[in-house]
Amino acid sequence: MSNTNDNLPQNLTSVAEVEDAKLARQSEDSKSQGRIVIGRFVKHKLAMTSSVILVFITIFAFSSVGWGVIPGWWDKSYLDAGAVINGGKPTLSLVPTWLGGEGIRWGENPFGQDSIGKDYFALVMTGTQKSIIIGVVVGLVSTFLGAVIGAVAGYFRGWVDEVLMRITDLFIVIPLLVLAAVLGQIAGASSGSIITLAFVLGLVTWTGLARLVRGEILSLREREYVAAAQAMGSKTSRVIFKHLLPNTIGVIVVNATFAIAGAILLESSLSYLGFGVQPPESSLGLLISQYQNAFTSRPWLFWWPGMIIVAIALSVNFLGDGLRDAFDPRHTGKKRRRRAGLFALPTRKEKP
Amino acid sequence: MSTEAAENYALSFTDLKVTFETAGPDVHAVKGLSLAVRPGEVVALVGESGSGKSVTSTAAMGLLPENAYITGEARVGNVNVVGLDQGKMRKMRATDIAMVFQEPMTALNPVLTIERQLTEALELHDVAYGKEATDRAIELLTLVGIPDPAKRIKQYPHQFSGGQRQRIVIAMAISCDPKVIIADEPTTALDVTVQAEILDLLRELKDRLNTGILLITHNMGVVADMADQVAVMFQGNLVETGDVQQVLLHPQHEYTQRLLSSVPRLSPVIIDENAPRSEPTVPAERELVLEAKDLVLEYNMRGKIFRAVENVSFDVAKGEVLGIVGESGSGKSTIAKAVLGLLPVAAGTLAVKGHNLPKLSTRQARAVRKDIGVIFQDPAASLNPRFPIGDCITEPMVVHKVGNKASRTKRALELLDAVKLPRNVINRYPHELSGGQRQRICIARALTMNPELLIADEPTSALDVSVQAVVLEMLQDLQRDFNFACLFVSHDLAVVDMLADSVVVMQNGKAVEQGRVDTVLHAPTHDYTRRLLAAAPVPDPIEQAVRRDAWRILNSTK
Repeated sequence: MSNTNDNLPQNLTSVAEVEDAKLARQSEDSKSQGRIVIGRFVKHKLAMTSSVILVFITIFAFSSVGWGVIPGWWDKSYLDAGAVINGGKPTLSLVPTWLGGEGIRWGENPFGQDSIGKDYFALVMTGTQKSIIIGVVVGLVSTFLGAVIGAVAGYFRGWVDEVLMRITDLFIVIPLLVLAAVLGQIAGASSGSIITLAFVLGLVTWTGLARLVRGEILSLREREYVAAAQAMGSKTSRVIFKHLLPNTIGVIVVNATFAIAGAILLESSLSYLGFGVQPPESSLGLLISQYQNAFTSRPWLFWWPGMIIVAIALSVNFLGDGLRDAFDPRHTGKKRRRRAGLFALPTRKEKP
Repeated sequence: MSTEAAENYALSFTDLKVTFETAGPDVHAVKGLSLAVRPGEVVALVGESGSGKSVTSTAAMGLLPENAYITGEARVGNVNVVGLDQGKMRKMRATDIAMVFQEPMTALNPVLTIERQLTEALELHDVAYGKEATDRAIELLTLVGIPDPAKRIKQYPHQFSGGQRQRIVIAMAISCDPKVIIADEPTTALDVTVQAEILDLLRELKDRLNTGILLITHNMGVVADMADQVAVMFQGNLVETGDVQQVLLHPQHEYTQRLLSSVPRLSPVIIDENAPRSEPTVPAERELVLEAKDLVLEYNMRGKIFRAVENVSFDVAKGEVLGIVGESGSGKSTIAKAVLGLLPVAAGTLAVKGHNLPKLSTRQARAVRKDIGVIFQDPAASLNPRFPIGDCITEPMVVHKVGNKASRTKRALELLDAVKLPRNVINRYPHELSGGQRQRICIARALTMNPELLIADEPTSALDVSVQAVVLEMLQDLQRDFNFACLFVSHDLAVVDMLADSVVVMQNGKAVEQGRVDTVLHAPTHDYTRRLLAAAPVPDPIEQAVRRDAWRILNSTK
């Protein structure tokens, strides 16, 4: 408890009075926990930079080639082949002429063309779209499943917990890539839709979150506000969804971001192995797999999708780091240094 | 303070100031404290939360966190430990200054044997090694009164009781004959009867080893029992120092006066063998709200059934307060849990307004719970941190689908007035309030539905004395105004004496004595009730000395 308020009346002689006086003086807006967390997150430079990059990539990917029936500002389609110009080299140049480059230029095929003359920019942007959609859908599905299964297991304990956790164990012991490949191919073969694939990936990646949420709930359910809610006659669903799950939001949000990064990488691996997105659709992993042999001769075919995967995955991870620090400031590990010169040095306490 | 005089002190502070740098403004925890402890003397540092008493002791140990800045002097013997090099400080710990912590459960490492933990300090400070160190450790355990020490030294902390663990912590503290021991709330986590034993032990050791003890406590009874000198702290300032009799009997500062007046006191006890056990006189028109007959409650611990409450019967009528007292493990909170429907009833009846709880369907039980309000012990954990205060208070209305948004808000404002909190608190969050204020919110929430029965499970034991006084007074007023029945669970006999009409004394799941408060607490017939009453210290050094002797006699005959 702080006792900094030097402007309090000095004649108070009871802790109760001091506390009430402080409360009466509190003039600033009250902050909910959510707002405090957002405040801390905004101060996290790396996470904020990552969010900006992520938002930029997302807007760029969706606005350039369009989404569904909505056309984008880029006029070439990723499905149309054309004449290969200049060996398909990228026309994008970022080095200005006065530095000995070709000047800042966008050009006809900024990311170059593939071997049959398709515009590589359109292909990469479509792939990025797919990766982002898969990441978000998998993140939502797996977070929802993991949170609910974990909460139910942790709240009810006993046989419910046993059954749910053994199912979780079952999913964990089967190698994720194999499971995802088999299910992904079934889903891909039946509908060919990328949302179905994302759903299936979500169905196999909820396990980690379920365990974490279960652990949190096991400790939260012993809190007295939960007992108070039960005692006043709340229904079980209200206790779980109003009192327990909102208090595990930190764990859930942080893990959702990591799940998104994981899903994007998983989709890339699957497509690379040929079990994920099938041509003529495009995805970043598929592009890398198709042009892996071109690495030495036409490196841009490898570098563009590769760099975008890395950029998305890294920024989502940093975003998660920032969220974790915002939810639990004890994890930051940063040390505050006192401004020098306020106290004479000899009286300063030695640091251990 | 001259150097010569300082050499006579085991521990002394001169104008100690401690400031913490936080994310907000700097916190001035200790604002210029001067105090001295002589060898063989107990100085009690008294204060409520936020007074800076624990920060003072931690400064003497050199254990303050990195964001603390200290000025002034803290001398252990004649070495100033403020700004002392960590290596030198480490050498002084245990040999010059040692500490007894509050929570014996966490002060001992659960994965090491007692032997390892006791010999550690001896070996670190070159006192003894190997077999010799073990012999010395056994000697120490004998000194603190652990039976069969040679055998028990091989055991782990969980194999000892709470009181024994605190004895072991004390043994560790005295292992290297320190000049001064800092005892930070050494008995707060213990039951009263165990507390009395630990205080006896500390007193005996102090005389035998001639160490100074800086006793940090909020319990005025403990002060009266142990201390020679008393220093009272309030908001980082030392407001009063002096001889124990002078401070406790003739306090000068207004804060000390108010602190002492807010300590709940038991009215005098008559321990008379021949006192007739008067049956409660039952007024004819008692309207029973809660009735338990031969109640049995059990915990199922991984298939092993543990009987927590056995054949307990009691009843509470409208407008009455029933106190349930007992030490930890007596089953008193278990009864409260069962009434709240958090624990199934194993046998017997437990009826709320004539509805037998174990026989009700879930839906009927939910309807019955509308008439029960509850206040829990820990104000930090009993409000959902994500709900604004207004939602916390009106939650029972939401659960039972009563009223609309406007009427709920109106009710919340009424209740905030009733618990004397400003109306603008309605949009604040629990973390912005202090413990006492949160407990008042809990009271408001308990009263939202105008309950006929209020369950209060140790509602004030986590609060400071002066805050406790405010909360208890409020409960009393509200009980008078709303005329609800109340089941009041507490370990503090004085609080029960103040609030309750009748009382049940529990020991190991059984009701050993029950009846009207003025009978049970003032003319007890059962030996356990007497021991409980005799063990609770009172904040009056002269009376406490008499009580201590009475306790010794009672204890030796058990």
